[in-house]
Order: sequence, then structure tokens, then C-alpha cells
Amino acid sequence: MHQTTVILRRELASYFATPLAYVFILLFLVLAAALAFYLGGLYERGQADLVPFFNFHPWLYLFVVPAIAMRLWAEERNSGSIELLLTQPITLWQAVLGKFLAAWLFIGIALALTFPIWITVNYLGDPDNGAILAAYLGSLLMAGGFLAIGSCMSALTRNQVVAFILGTAVCFVFLLAGFPLVLSVVQSWAPQALIDAVASLSVYAHFQSIVKGVLDLRDLLYFAMLIAFFLLATVVMLDLRKSS
Amino acid sequence: MIKTHNLTKRYDALTAVDNVSFEVKPGEVLGFLGPNGAGKTTTMRMIAGFIAPTSGSASICGHDVASDPIRARTVLGYLPEGAPSYGEMSVQGFLDFIARLRRLEVDRRRERLAFVIERLQLGDVLHQTIDTLSKGFRRRVGLAQAILHDPEVLILDEPTDGLDPLQKHEVRSLIKTMAPNKIIVISTHILEEVDAVCTRAIIIARGKLVADDTPAGLKAMAPSGRLDDVFRSIAA
Repeated sequence: MHQTTVILRRELASYFATPLAYVFILLFLVLAAALAFYLGGLYERGQADLVPFFNFHPWLYLFVVPAIAMRLWAEERNSGSIELLLTQPITLWQAVLGKFLAAWLFIGIALALTFPIWITVNYLGDPDNGAILAAYLGSLLMAGGFLAIGSCMSALTRNQVVAFILGTAVCFVFLLAGFPLVLSVVQSWAPQALIDAVASLSVYAHFQSIVKGVLDLRDLLYFAMLIAFFLLATVVMLDLRKSS
Repeated sequence: MIKTHNLTKRYDALTAVDNVSFEVKPGEVLGFLGPNGAGKTTTMRMIAGFIAPTSGSASICGHDVASDPIRARTVLGYLPEGAPSYGEMSVQGFLDFIARLRRLEVDRRRERLAFVIERLQLGDVLHQTIDTLSKGFRRRVGLAQAILHDPEVLILDEPTDGLDPLQKHEVRSLIKTMAPNKIIVISTHILEEVDAVCTRAIIIARGKLVADDTPAGLKAMAPSGRLDDVFRSIAA
């Protein structure tokens, strides 16, 4: 645990050592607000809630999260520092977890900085703050899921652009797993049980049910398993590249 | 003790390292010689546990690199090829990170950081980011990182590459002072370095171990008694 924290702190500090972090946070805040107000009509709807704000998060994260995740391992491999890191007396799990948690915390900071929008609806009306809190939690969990996918894709290559494209593509499939676009691929040949299984993998469906204000254990478990699975896959990928 | 037993690494059709076995005992400074691409770095990476061998095994102080990697790496100080580090960090921040990763206690951390900073003359650049340093300084930061925890075993891949003659001399004398109670392996293609610091040398060519002797013993193999003649005749 100690070494995971050491890696986490180094990673987090390295985000803020370059202008990248500030540019990213600014861009995230501008996009999140612009989507909610202009496309979502947050203000015109005349309802005191943040549903239009959260509704765009899956689409925003689809590009923003892989952009953060792409550097996790690809950059380390490209600069050669991966050899330094992985020959320290640490396990692969500690390295993967430390880097993942730092990136997750970073996105968490960006997400927390959207708080003025929450103050705004509280000033204008009387929203259900419990539901808003649940939606923030759901949004953070979804970001974690996408980040774990991105971490795995980043471990596959030394090229950050390739890592970004792969990350976005896999996140897209998971996001829309319950939609006809993805389901039609399996519908023609797979048994109903498999179609249902694929549909139940949809990030969008699980996120939507949390945004509605219902914190169901199954949704929480889904995101926890999504994160655990792709972090495990990251460890396996890194381990395989050792012997390739 | 470092032990390798039939260490082999194959990449598709290419055999980068072919059945390499050797032992290094405490007090020995082993020079790892060979032309570029001979398999020096690959062998060192396998001992450090960064890549897994196709077959064969390696152990450090009795800890098998594959089955007991954490213990093996705890007693090892390793300078990878090109001395990679985190460019956006300051020298101080980077060395502190490594010290924490290696779980050095507060007092010991302070003592060891002061020692390596003094020994490798990093005092003037402590607060500079590593990206802005010259090649020589970066190499010294890499060396500082490798000896920070005062390891029993040191594996240094081209430790003097990119250093000026004065710095080379400084690093060699550092290796010599550490030598009596450590196991040190250095790779190099500078033959004078073997004479200067090594008690024993291995020549590796096309992945195979082709000579293993003291510098004096190697020299005796050529009529001229010169190390580069031996190297040329064996490695060509």
C-alpha cells in the first residue's frame, strides 16, 4: 500500500508540473458547462436539477478520459522510464493501481471544480441534492471505468495516439453496448442469453440509472467490476510484454 | 552472488542471448564487453527482471529473479541503458521518490541522499528539472538512483557513457571504492575501462559468451598483449 501511495503522489504531482493539467481542467469545465447550458438547455428548462449537465458526461468522457489515460503506460514505455519503474522492488499491481488512482483523482478534481453549476441550481431553485450527489458519484465511477479501459489500451502500445484511439473505441463499445448499433453485431447469430449479457454491459444504462437518483448496488458493483477487470487486464498486458 | 544459468532470449528468428551462464562473487567487478547489439543489455535486463528469459534462470543473492522478484530487486541497484528517469521532476524530487519507493526510513533517507548528492556532485542542480540537464548530469542522476539504497549488487549499463574524462574518472573511482564489499557488473564498449576498474571480464558476441577471464588473462590471449586486439579477434 505504501508504494502505491508513493507512485500515486509522484504521478499526481507530475500532472501539475506541466501546463497540461491546467489546460485540461479549463477545457473540461468549459465543455461541461457549454454542453449543459447550450445543448442541454439547463437554464431554459426551468427545472432545478442537473440532469442536462450529467446527460452529456458519457459523451464528454468518451474523449476526455482516454486523453488522460493514453499517457499512463505509453509515455512511460516511450521515454524508457518504465524500465526504471518496473525494476524497483514493487509489484506490477502497485504500479498499475498507483498510476490509475492518480489519474482518477485528477479527473475527480476536475469534476469537483464544476461545483459552481451546483451552487447555481441551488440559488435558483430547490433541487434534490441527494440525487445530485448520487449523479456526481455515478459520473466519477463512469470516469473510473473509462480510465481503466484507457489504462489497458495504453499498456498495449508505446504510441500515445494509438492508445487514445483504441481507448476511445473500446469505451464507445462499452458505452453503447445496450444500443442497436452494438447489439446488431451479435443479434444475428448469438443466443438471447448472450445478447442480454452484452446489453447489460452498457455503461450508459448503468450511468443513467444512477443519474435518476437511484443508487442501486448492482450499478455500483458493475462499475467496480469494470474497473477491476481492466486493471487486471493492464497487469496481464504489462506482464506479457515482459516475455514477448 | 549473481548466478545465471543457461540464460536465453529469443525474438522470433533472432536469438539475442544464447545459453549464457556465469557467476559473480562479492568483491568482483565484472566488465561486460561486446560489440553493439551483442546482447549485453538484453542479458542485464533479464537479470534485473525487466524482461523474462525464453529459457534459463537468473538469481541475485539467492533470490530467483522470476519467482522472488521483490527480494531480488531489493538487493539490486540498476542503471538501465540510457539512464532513463522522469524528465519533468527535479533531481531532488526524483531521488526522493526512489528513496521512498525503496522504503528507506527518514534518517537513512536523509543520510543516503546527502551521500549520493555529494558523491556524484549533484548539489548545484538539485532543484533543476531533469529534462534541462546535460547528458552527463542525467547519467549521474541515474547512477545516484542506483546506489541510493547502498545495494549489495549493482548492475550498471554503460555507466560512463556521455561523461567527460574528468567525470569518467570520478565514476570509476566511485566504483572502485564500492567494489570490495559489493558485486558489480558494468557493461561497456570502452576497453580502457576494463583495465581501470574490472577484476574480471566477459566478452559476449552474437548472444554467446565467448571469453571469461581476468583482464590480464584476456590480454595474454593476443600476441600483442593488447586488449583491443583480443576483443577484435574474438568478437568479430
